[in-house]
Amino acid sequence: MSVTPAGVYSRRTLVALMEDKPGVLGRVVNLFRRRNYNIESLSVGHSEVPGISRMTVVVHGDDAVVEQVMKQLYKLVNVTKVSDITDDAAVIRELALIKVSASPANRAEIKQLVDIFRAQIIDVAPESMTVEITGTEDKVDSLITMLRPMGIKELARTGRVAMLRGIVSAKGNGNRP
Amino acid sequence: MRLNGAKILWECLVREGVEVFFGITGGKVIPLYHELPNYPIRSVVVRHEQAAAHAADGYARATGKVGVCLATSGPGATNLVTGLATAQMDSSPVVAITGQVSVTDLGTDSFQEVDTTGITMPIVKHSYLITDVRELAKAVKEAFHLARTGRPGVVLIDITVNAQLAQTEFEYPEEVDLPGYKPTLRGNMRQIRQAAEMINQAQEPVVVAGHGVIIAQAEDALLTLIEKAQIPLVTTLLGKSVVPETHPLCLGMGGMHGEAYANNAMQAADLIIGIGTRFDDRLTSTASTYAPKAKIIHIDIDPAEIGKRVRVDLPIVGDAGHVLRELLPLVQPATHAEWLARIEAWRAESRARDILWQETTGLVPQYVVHKIWEATQGQAIMVSDVGQNQMWEAQYYRHQRRRGLITSGGLGTMGFAVPAALGVAIGCPDAPVWVVAGDGGFQMTLQELATIVQERLPIKIAILNNGFLGMVRQWQEFFFQRNYSGTPILGPDFAKLAEAYGIPGITVKEKSQVEEAVQRAVATPGPILIDFQIEREENVFPMVPVGQSIDQMIRRPTLG
Repeated sequence: MSVTPAGVYSRRTLVALMEDKPGVLGRVVNLFRRRNYNIESLSVGHSEVPGISRMTVVVHGDDAVVEQVMKQLYKLVNVTKVSDITDDAAVIRELALIKVSASPANRAEIKQLVDIFRAQIIDVAPESMTVEITGTEDKVDSLITMLRPMGIKELARTGRVAMLRGIVSAKGNGNRP
Repeated sequence: MRLNGAKILWECLVREGVEVFFGITGGKVIPLYHELPNYPIRSVVVRHEQAAAHAADGYARATGKVGVCLATSGPGATNLVTGLATAQMDSSPVVAITGQVSVTDLGTDSFQEVDTTGITMPIVKHSYLITDVRELAKAVKEAFHLARTGRPGVVLIDITVNAQLAQTEFEYPEEVDLPGYKPTLRGNMRQIRQAAEMINQAQEPVVVAGHGVIIAQAEDALLTLIEKAQIPLVTTLLGKSVVPETHPLCLGMGGMHGEAYANNAMQAADLIIGIGTRFDDRLTSTASTYAPKAKIIHIDIDPAEIGKRVRVDLPIVGDAGHVLRELLPLVQPATHAEWLARIEAWRAESRARDILWQETTGLVPQYVVHKIWEATQGQAIMVSDVGQNQMWEAQYYRHQRRRGLITSGGLGTMGFAVPAALGVAIGCPDAPVWVVAGDGGFQMTLQELATIVQERLPIKIAILNNGFLGMVRQWQEFFFQRNYSGTPILGPDFAKLAEAYGIPGITVKEKSQVEEAVQRAVATPGPILIDFQIEREENVFPMVPVGQSIDQMIRRPTLG
């Protein structure tokens, strides 16, 4: 893990595995609020193990803050594993749904942009089109920038999900603090 | 065996060795109290749920066993909150049981419904909402395991009334299955060897011991360590009584109101060995100014405490007892004669400053605590409240008995002492139990005088009565131009109040009456209350102003 001096903030990607018990997401969110941690995004869903959920959280902080986040997450009884995968080789993706104003005049332009970004149009209505894009946050940001002049009516982003490349898994990679 | 949820709860508690619990009944725990008479568990009915939590906490701290409190849904549960936060902050093992509205009413704002698990989430180690009787036994088993192991804390079980009434086959699990909970007890051997090396090389080492050493029952190992290597010991407030405080190596409490020589020692040290302490702000003041010359070894069972407030050169995660026992054979005998002589010089200077309270003719609190200490030979379990009274107790009562001080350290909960003493007296029936409280804190929970009488508990209550919320008044005097805004308070005639409850009460207005009153309290078999009407504007010295390093103290005034 790279060493960032105190006070130098960076974005870190953490993966946490937790038992799928009632209230566990509430405990995590409550922990971030109570300890005043700065969370940029958080996404959670099932993992490959039945009964275990996987959370990807992007936290903004210096090394001391990130270390505390990891340790405090570990203290939650239902959390089984926490890994910082920021500096590991990982694939990172985000999904966004973008509903953009569309008229007969600019439909072709939107279609072209969508093709360039390898996104998809998943719904067409008389005055709008809905685009689905998957990619890194930068890629999603870029498409949003390009579509904005046409008028974005609605936007939903999932936040970052991440997975280590190759055979290593976040289950075995993290150092228990 | 098919049992309803209420019976299952008591069956589980009996199996966990619970002998007593503190609580108040109410609409959503009637089924629990209905089954209770069939079980060998003492029920202490308090007068306010906050007291139930403090009593369970006091019981837990004094005995090392899990304390149990119980309250009904809604206001019963919210009243517990202060007590649970107090216990959690000081790592006290408490299981709180609350009743909850039926699962069919959950979330509908029904009568006396509150989101108990939600409200308490930031102040518990873990919690359960049980809506199905089949989940109850497993939850209770886990709750007690979580409360008492690792870094102890509060576990709450909220049980809906339908789960109390429904029946299921009862089987108590033998084992707990908590894949996300594996406290590290044994320290890393490589780090322990490194610690020994650092200790062996240190010229000016100081051990800082906190509550964790007491929780781990590592008092003997600690004493052996400091004697073997002749290392002076500073304790936190909650670390007091970890070794007999008359021991020459014991410098007493450090920090904001610690002794100057204890603080000087930490600031001059070349090595700090922190054991079972959070290095909290009342001990270190501004963290960046703490022990500037020292390397810091931090031994704690909670990895999240390491590096949280102070920089650490060598962390060891583990149980204080395990780590100390592994460390001891690697530490070489030493004398540190020069270092100890320097500390003794600081100590002598502090003693010289400490004669004002002995000479003065006024009734001062330091004298009162000193006389209680003399009369009880340091062997009482002192339960102190919060504020000036707490600091005077900490400075002038030199504890000889292990677990001899029960006080709210982290949360600083006024009103803690009287209800906590209920639990202490029940947990340690053979020990003399004294409460030291101010007139402010005492009036926050004085309703528990009735419980003291009802349970026939021989608790001695010393009120240091100055008619002020004294610690805040002291801050106003020092830092807010003596603007005594919101601090003067009126009290009743405390002796008469005690008598109304059936407790003998004494009023002491003169220094000359202190000794006799204390002696009478010691000789009285039952409870007694003494109202010491002390000098109103007496201050706690020394004092580290906020933002200063701990050797920048406002010192005790001297004679002339």
